[in-house]
Amino acid sequence: MSILLIAEHNNQTLNPTTLSAVTAASQIGGDITLLVAGSNCQAVSDEAAKVAGVSKVLLADAPAYAHSLAENLSLLVKELASDYSHVLAPAGTTAKDFMPRVAALLDVGQVSEIIAVESADTFKRPIYAGNAIATVRSADAIKVITVRASAFDKAVAEGGSASIEPLSQVCEAGTSAFVGEEMVKSERPELTAARVIVSGGRGMGNGDNFALLEKVADKLGAAVGASRAAVDAGFVSNDMQVGQTGKIVAPELYIAVGISGAIQHLAGMKESKVIVAINKDEEAPIFQVADYGLVADLFQVLPELAEKL
Amino acid sequence: MKILVSVKRVIDYNAKVRVKADNSDVDLANVKMALNPFCEIAVEEAIRLKEAGVASEVVVVSIGPKTVQEQLRTALALGADRAIQIDTEQMPEPLNVAKLLAKVVEAEQPGLVILGKQSIDSDNNQTGQMLAALTGRPQGTFASAVKVEGDKAVVTREVDGGLRTVELALPAIVTTDLRLNEPRYAKLPDIMKAKKKPLEVKTPTDLGVELKQHIELLKVEAPAARQAGIKVDSVDALVDKLKNEAKVI
Ligand SMILES: Cc1cc2nc3c(=O)[nH]c(=O)nc-3n(C[C@H](O)[C@H](O)[C@H](O)COP(=O)(O)OP(=O)(O)OC[C@H]3O[C@@H](n4cnc5c(N)ncnc54)[C@H](O)[C@@H]3O)c2cc1C
Ligand SMILES: Nc1ncnc2c1ncn2[C@@H]1O[C@H](COP(=O)(O)O)[C@@H](O)[C@H]1O
Repeated sequence: MSILLIAEHNNQTLNPTTLSAVTAASQIGGDITLLVAGSNCQAVSDEAAKVAGVSKVLLADAPAYAHSLAENLSLLVKELASDYSHVLAPAGTTAKDFMPRVAALLDVGQVSEIIAVESADTFKRPIYAGNAIATVRSADAIKVITVRASAFDKAVAEGGSASIEPLSQVCEAGTSAFVGEEMVKSERPELTAARVIVSGGRGMGNGDNFALLEKVADKLGAAVGASRAAVDAGFVSNDMQVGQTGKIVAPELYIAVGISGAIQHLAGMKESKVIVAINKDEEAPIFQVADYGLVADLFQVLPELAEKL
Repeated sequence: MKILVSVKRVIDYNAKVRVKADNSDVDLANVKMALNPFCEIAVEEAIRLKEAGVASEVVVVSIGPKTVQEQLRTALALGADRAIQIDTEQMPEPLNVAKLLAKVVEAEQPGLVILGKQSIDSDNNQTGQMLAALTGRPQGTFASAVKVEGDKAVVTREVDGGLRTVELALPAIVTTDLRLNEPRYAKLPDIMKAKKKPLEVKTPTDLGVELKQHIELLKVEAPAARQAGIKVDSVDALVDKLKNEAKVI
């Protein structure tokens, strides 16, 4: 077996979700090749070469890959794939965009967001917003798989010494172009990498009140998340949404504030190690998954909590 | 410009999911079914583009057993002009759906195909991208804004770090995210009118597509339940538990 794993990165650093995907790959077994496709991303390939368990790094460095356009990336990965038994990527929005395209070009199915490796062809994945867990077997010669990073420990980032092989071919479809982006800048840890997350829901009332959450987050070095209702109401930006259709997180501590606990929200956070719920409605379903529940008004609790932490 | 919208029949997002006792699948007997929420948004976007004069016709397609006609009628009531059902015994997996849709695209030549980003039952998030690959078209996935400007579509996408905008040469494929729009409700007279709108039934054989199984479902289980926790009565008690019992702060 041989695995091609497509690294997630921002042309400067390797996204830690890649390390979780390396762990999934090593559970499948066989040689692991990491593909770093981007523009001016030499630093990422250097980082990738040090990851324990990686035997080779392929570096595709060209302007065509600068913004991870699926049309271009999928052509590149399709060209490389025939040498491998598995093509893997961590299931961020980049891989969700280009990987099914790779699968279709190869005429194979894709197994989305695996949470466990049973054998080289059999995997577990959540369906119905995590309300059921399916065990599936891929019958294809090349298995195209995305990995839910929160379900796998991170591989060790140091110690490896893989060779780096630059690729010369450039794949460009010419049908799409990058126009611009609005990335949210924050000093806080990223949601998918944070050890502690403090999330607010519709109960927060408005965007300004998120300052109360931020004070608690500051004390804990936490990331700040939100429910869809809070995002829809315009309290905070979309990249903060946790849930079935937002980010999937599994921190050591998740504090849900003014969030009712709809199944779509639970789908994104119920694998957290310790869950705290703060809600004034004692019947709120969030309490059914919370290790510690506090039935109280968040506007009283949050300032006190920030002070006592 | 014609717009093709692909819609899936799924469990209602409020319905309770139960796993069958023999662990073969989820039990859908007597469960409320509905249009996949992301597909509802896809239909709404197409209708808005028609109302804005960008689109001339909205065609909806669904693949599955006869029951999917119910969701096609819903889409017609919302404002789609005509519908196509591709009749299969079960819901096929994404690659097969994409192959069937590629044939419909070939026949209908739409300027834009709009799909949901994800079915809320299988949570695959694959079909639109696969269709784009099979038809060689560009894709704007997880769209939160779609503008058609001449022979291009400008699509704002929801990505992990925020928003990213791409320009696609038409014809193109778009998949919808939740904030693209807020779908309207069908009005009773429109529901009546929808019964008379054309609904054509085709089979995979008609389209020359052979369905293949790539991913086999071996088992479906309920997720591990979380241990019920406790209620604390003060902030002090909470901080104490987190420090001394859970040891996470
Ligand atoms: C297809 C689909 C996908 C979805 N995906 C997601 C997703 O990824 N993530 C997600 O989060 N949702 C998602 N949703 C939406 C989901 O169904 C819920 O609507 C949403 O999670 C509700 O958010 P909420 O808990 O903040 O709001 P509400 O359900 O309105 O809950 C607000 C809570 O705040 C409490 N509260 C109010 N004031 C106070 C106060 N002063 N002090 C303490 N508590 C207070 C209330 O008691 C209540 O429990 C999705 C829905 C659909 C249809
Ligand atoms: N059986 C189907 N019939 C019509 N459209 C479908 C079907 N399955 C998937 N789709 C479309 O593809 C989108 C994504 O589905 P999936 O790839 O299964 O998550 C859905 O929102 C639909 O627009």
